[in-house]
Amino acid sequence: MKKNLFFLIVSLLAGAAGWAQIEITRELIPGNTRPVWVSLSGFTGEAAQVLQFDLYVQGFNFTNAQAAQYLLSGSAGESLTGRAVDNINKSTLVAKTYSGASPRRQAHAFADDFVRALNRKGIAQTRIAFKNQTGSNSEIMIADFDGRNSQPVTRDGSVVSAPTWAPGKLALAYGSYKMGNPDIFHHDLSTGARRTIARYGGSSISPAISPDGAQVAMILSKDGWVDLYVDTIEGSGHPRRLTRSKEDESSPCWSPDGKWICFAAKTRERRSLCKVPASGGEVQRIPTSGVLNPTEPDWSPDGKWIVFTSMMGGFEICVVPSQGGEATQLVAGEDPCWAPNSRTVVYARRQSGGYVLSLLDVPTKQFKDVSRIPGSSSQPSWAK
Amino acid sequence: MKALKFANLLVIAAALTFAAAGCKKNPGYLTPLPPGMTQNPKDIGPGRVVPPSFAHDDDLIKEGLKEGFAANSPDSHVGWAEDASKFANETVHFAFDSSVVPTADKAKVRNVADFLQANPAAAVRVEGHCDERGTEEYNRALGERRALAVREELVLLGIAPSRVDTISYGKDRPVDPAHNEAAWRKNRRAEFILLTPPAK
Repeated sequence: MKKNLFFLIVSLLAGAAGWAQIEITRELIPGNTRPVWVSLSGFTGEAAQVLQFDLYVQGFNFTNAQAAQYLLSGSAGESLTGRAVDNINKSTLVAKTYSGASPRRQAHAFADDFVRALNRKGIAQTRIAFKNQTGSNSEIMIADFDGRNSQPVTRDGSVVSAPTWAPGKLALAYGSYKMGNPDIFHHDLSTGARRTIARYGGSSISPAISPDGAQVAMILSKDGWVDLYVDTIEGSGHPRRLTRSKEDESSPCWSPDGKWICFAAKTRERRSLCKVPASGGEVQRIPTSGVLNPTEPDWSPDGKWIVFTSMMGGFEICVVPSQGGEATQLVAGEDPCWAPNSRTVVYARRQSGGYVLSLLDVPTKQFKDVSRIPGSSSQPSWAK
Repeated sequence: MKALKFANLLVIAAALTFAAAGCKKNPGYLTPLPPGMTQNPKDIGPGRVVPPSFAHDDDLIKEGLKEGFAANSPDSHVGWAEDASKFANETVHFAFDSSVVPTADKAKVRNVADFLQANPAAAVRVEGHCDERGTEEYNRALGERRALAVREELVLLGIAPSRVDTISYGKDRPVDPAHNEAAWRKNRRAEFILLTPPAK
């Protein structure tokens, strides 16, 4: 609230002084924002580790009680008692005791309550899905957002790809070669029921489920070219074709209002991010000045940003305003996916011939690897 | 696409008429039906009739080159024997980030086409692969474009698209897992898997 008021005042002043071109109303400045300083006291062992991880990947960093903007204190044992105080006006933001579940879960819940008190969305009790490869086979896994409590979703001994969550549901869509061909499966995690959304000749890959859960965008080659299509989530067998080009289209994602599908394409010998109305229509470019070969876009839940991978020799996670513009390079990595808070992303980082998953706080560029499991973990999708 | 399938049926029907009439002068691209074969096109087993020779139909080629040659049903070769070694020497290699069949490798595609011409019951699956220097889903799309480019070459050499399946593995199945130029060169490829119909 206080922050909003501050912005309002500054905006008014700027307007009055004729500085209209100075835009400071946008709270999230990618890669260029200072961390929020907090102090942690009283917590030890696992509770301290969990709180440090949870807060670091949401743009907080740690200092002593004098320099901190917020003071977090408490103790953890059978239950966890946590207290968060605003060090400037000394008001208490959170004072709670958490019991039950697991010690980790209690610490996650306290982290969530603290960031919620700052008018942000808590992400510490969310989950991710990803591909895990050992040898030449891969399986779909799900885990807590910090990589803990991972469990396999598939045990097919085949090749899988590109898991994506159905918004608000315990269900995934992903690519699988289980039936010999690259097909797209729908997998209900509560019942274990699986069915195909797309099974055609050629390759059916890269599913993305619409925000209302009713449709799925995907890349198919059934008509002889690699193009972008949309079908119902049931898989009507008559997908709507949105592009018609011999060049490549890849990695579709949806705008949060469900009106647009953004994807990577090659137009006039140049790679770019593009968008097309989900109902069909003209393909428009989304400029990403300053970087080359953008691919793997993901549109932030608040609609403001598109995070993507730029292929320029190496691979860089970049972010651009969703209408296009100057792109900001963040860190080395691939295949980013936004968290529900529209500021943290999960992405894959190359390491010793494989991938590890890492979480990146876009405004501060702070990143930390999630808990590792054997094999190469990539293509993360954050449940929203 | 519908027109293409209809045209196929027409040619099959024509083949049946020829065979039924016991035509002495069998054109080179038709195979006599085995005895006892029903004349209902729906009952024709896979590979029993030579698919139409495509090189003779310029209109279909033109349409396919402009719009793409539609893929087969993913089940069209289910139960067929797969042989990955037959064409091991014909693997086509690509330039970095390219799906253009290099001139130097066109002879390999021709070898495969020649085999398919001589073995009209056989089919082939083209598997597209990439090196690790692309992101996963980008490479999956690129691998498919490589397989489709090879398929188009085969069609231009007179092989019906219905005899060529395509699939992409992206970078999931490298032949050489090393992280250097030599390995990447080997991994950017399209492999041919020979498909043979089950014995009756």
